[in-house]
Amino acid sequence: MPGLAGVPTTDVAQNKKDFTSDQEVRWCPGCGDYAVLASVQGFLPELGLKRENIVFVSGIGCSSRFPYYMDTFGMHSIHGRAPAIATGLATSRPDLSVWVVTGDGDALSIGGNHLIHVLRRNVNMTILLFNNRIYGLTKGQYSPTSEQGKITKSTPMGSLDAPFNPVSLALGAEATFVARTIDSDRAHLTSVLRAAAAHRGTSLVEIYQNCNIFNDGAFEILKNRDTRDEVMIRLEHGEPVRFGANNEHGIRRNPATSGLEICSGDDPNVIVHDAQAADPSRAFALSRLADPGTLARTPIGIFRQVERPTYGDLVNEQVDQAVDNQGAGDLAALITGNDTWTVE
Amino acid sequence: MQLTGDRFTAETASFGNDLSTLPNFPAEIRAPAGTLPGVSSFQLHFADHDILTPGDAPDVLVAMNPAALKANLPDVPKGAILIVDTAEFTPRALKKVGYATSPLDDGSLNSYQVHALDLTGMTMTALEPFGLSRKEASRSKNMFALGLLSWMYGRSIDGTVRFLQSKFATKADIRDANITAVKAGWNYGETTEDFAVSYEVKPAPMPSGRYRNITGNLALSYGLVAAAKQSGMPLFLGSYPITPASDILHEISKHKRFGVRTFQAEDEIAGVGAALGASFGGSLGVTTTSGPGVALKSETVGLAVSLELPLIIVDVQRGGPSTGLPTKTEQADLLQAMYGRNGEAPVPIIAPASPADCFDAALEAARIAVTYRTPVFLLSDGYLANGSEPWAIPDVESLPTIEPDFATEKNHGSGDDAEFWPYIRDPQTLARAWAVPGTAGLEHRIGGLEKADGSGNISYDPTNHDYMVRTRQAKVDGIEVPDLEVDDPSGDARLLVLGWGSTYGPIGAAVRRARSAGHAVAQAHLRYLNPLPANTGDVLRRYERVLLPEMNLGQLAMLLRARYLVDVIGHNQVRGLPFKAEELAEVIMKEDDQL
Repeated sequence: MPGLAGVPTTDVAQNKKDFTSDQEVRWCPGCGDYAVLASVQGFLPELGLKRENIVFVSGIGCSSRFPYYMDTFGMHSIHGRAPAIATGLATSRPDLSVWVVTGDGDALSIGGNHLIHVLRRNVNMTILLFNNRIYGLTKGQYSPTSEQGKITKSTPMGSLDAPFNPVSLALGAEATFVARTIDSDRAHLTSVLRAAAAHRGTSLVEIYQNCNIFNDGAFEILKNRDTRDEVMIRLEHGEPVRFGANNEHGIRRNPATSGLEICSGDDPNVIVHDAQAADPSRAFALSRLADPGTLARTPIGIFRQVERPTYGDLVNEQVDQAVDNQGAGDLAALITGNDTWTVE
Repeated sequence: MQLTGDRFTAETASFGNDLSTLPNFPAEIRAPAGTLPGVSSFQLHFADHDILTPGDAPDVLVAMNPAALKANLPDVPKGAILIVDTAEFTPRALKKVGYATSPLDDGSLNSYQVHALDLTGMTMTALEPFGLSRKEASRSKNMFALGLLSWMYGRSIDGTVRFLQSKFATKADIRDANITAVKAGWNYGETTEDFAVSYEVKPAPMPSGRYRNITGNLALSYGLVAAAKQSGMPLFLGSYPITPASDILHEISKHKRFGVRTFQAEDEIAGVGAALGASFGGSLGVTTTSGPGVALKSETVGLAVSLELPLIIVDVQRGGPSTGLPTKTEQADLLQAMYGRNGEAPVPIIAPASPADCFDAALEAARIAVTYRTPVFLLSDGYLANGSEPWAIPDVESLPTIEPDFATEKNHGSGDDAEFWPYIRDPQTLARAWAVPGTAGLEHRIGGLEKADGSGNISYDPTNHDYMVRTRQAKVDGIEVPDLEVDDPSGDARLLVLGWGSTYGPIGAAVRRARSAGHAVAQAHLRYLNPLPANTGDVLRRYERVLLPEMNLGQLAMLLRARYLVDVIGHNQVRGLPFKAEELAEVIMKEDDQL
């Protein structure tokens, strides 16, 4: 896996328990975070990495407690700054598998600047963005992904700001890997984690996660067997973009507007998903299909997965190049310089 | 103008004079020429004895236009030499800075030795063979002036000629024009009878050794590279450009062959965040900034206090508050470094006393950060950053070793129950056990939430929190720093003049003046501001009066008064410029007279 090249592996078989720390998990009963934690702990043994070379870094928020529950190295840092901290760690330690756990408030509000810059630099790490469209830890204010008009403690007459679409934002920030998945769909979540870990560069994984206390059922329409097939579009690289219980709907390009539109599933112009397209326009158009209010036409899966050199690899190449060209540094020569005089 | 100053400094240093410089330039990159705010100056003081400041009152002022004359004349004593470029003294230029009549003609400069020379015209004539445009040719007038001054003070121009040859290696006409101009200036001085004397300043007696000239920012950069080598920890600099600290980022970026990684972050917060992330991975994490940047980094510094990880925060102080005076100097971030965080978050502070001392201060900051697992503030300032002095180049073999002492073994319990506890402390230093990622069996999690003593697990226990707050404070309080040394040659001083940071030079020069005027005055200088040297209280109480000049409104004075209950008297200026030795000497003598 290119994403994990340089990270030492082990032949010792691992299981979920190896990645479970001795700390009591303290999320609210019924929180979607439990499902994500179980999926990640269940998935990591598959990678066969030395546990001591895995680091989870988080910011602040409910989801940011995640590192405490992983029996790896970890840092629970400060609000919004995990991508910056992880950038320093990943760049200076290419032998580590670095994971960032963040939420919609942490990543998109207070930490928005760091998120877009880590994506454009393409630092080698996987970012798990738990999006529950609400502030949980501070007890129920609207978040930058909340639908407009949301009634919360801080917006008794309804929220006024337009929400971010994290996938659109990431694509606009030059991200090389962008995916969306859902906390309760373990198989899908695991398949996305697998691809994210394999990707060399910043992998952004938006996870729709239910906050059963302050925003319960926010993604119910995507989870309920009766509704999900009609509203959720599963993206698979190389496959036609169709949805509906019997793939009766499809997505095609509207030649007049150049945008995407819904068509019949058997329409010959149904587009084929290409996550590896160099141009992110199609991925962006797919990300715009979803209705931010009702979540109708919500694509999940990998929107974009392209190769681009990572920041850390480039930094380390420059260091190697400097040593190759000029030889390893000589401190005495450096501090002496070229312009000295001697006092007898 | 800054280039001309740099070259004259280099010539002077290689001649063996002691020297001290004060570059002074506007914050605007291309401030309008010929206006008072646009004046860029370079002050150089050199002598045949050990000197401490760029000098208060220059013996020679070279003014390239009326604005430069008007801005700098107040500093020039009567009788001094003024060299002015008459070509620039046009009615329009005079009017621009408010001269109703030309000071060259109206007698207002009668008490100076004025040399009104057509520097522009002479330069143009000398450069005629090169066929340059008027504008291009007139740019070389600074080099003409440099040649003239070099002759006046017996400096060789060979170094400058070599410098110009390499700087303009690819632009032959510019190179030759500048070399011609500097030689023309020298020859003009030698042949004209306008200058009655040429000065000879003999080399200063300095301890034997190999010397170079060095600015504070350069010394600090070298100190950080050296600290990385001495600790075996790769240097990681996370930084966001800010005046007057950016040159450290520029300098360190050049030295990748030392395994150095530099990261120009998206903002100040990411700069320190990345540095702390690198520290977590076992690098020597450093961030460089100035006061406004420190304000943004505060939360991350607090995190480093809680994580107990090494981190060096270099604050090259400038005039504040807010954007303040970006290119001017001040010492007003001391309390920000000391207290500018939420909660009880003690951070050690070290402040270099001179440009060359920035090298040692950087090594010291790294020693404290790594040994005690703590963020450390290194408080430089704009005066140290850009000012320069001769530096006795240290033998790299003699530099101290810094031992990171990473944990490699489980440290709690035994057998199958053995665990790694990240907050078990060294009983001597109170430094916690530090295991970096990649250390098998020592996986653990740390964070900004309060941690249980020993295990480091999250703890909201009241007694534990009280204990942890006090322990972090005790760790910083217990850092070993050298005693405060007092310079009291006569032994009968009743007045102690205390300083910290870049005021060392001006205070030292002022104390010398006071002593030569018959005053017995003691001097002491604090390099360690947190913790203070153990004998600080004793030293302060030993004298009848303590005078503390600071380029702020009394920040260290407040700390000392609170801590030692000593009536420290402040002398405070916030003019964006270093103290002037003569003024300071008068303040010292006045205080001493009252005793």
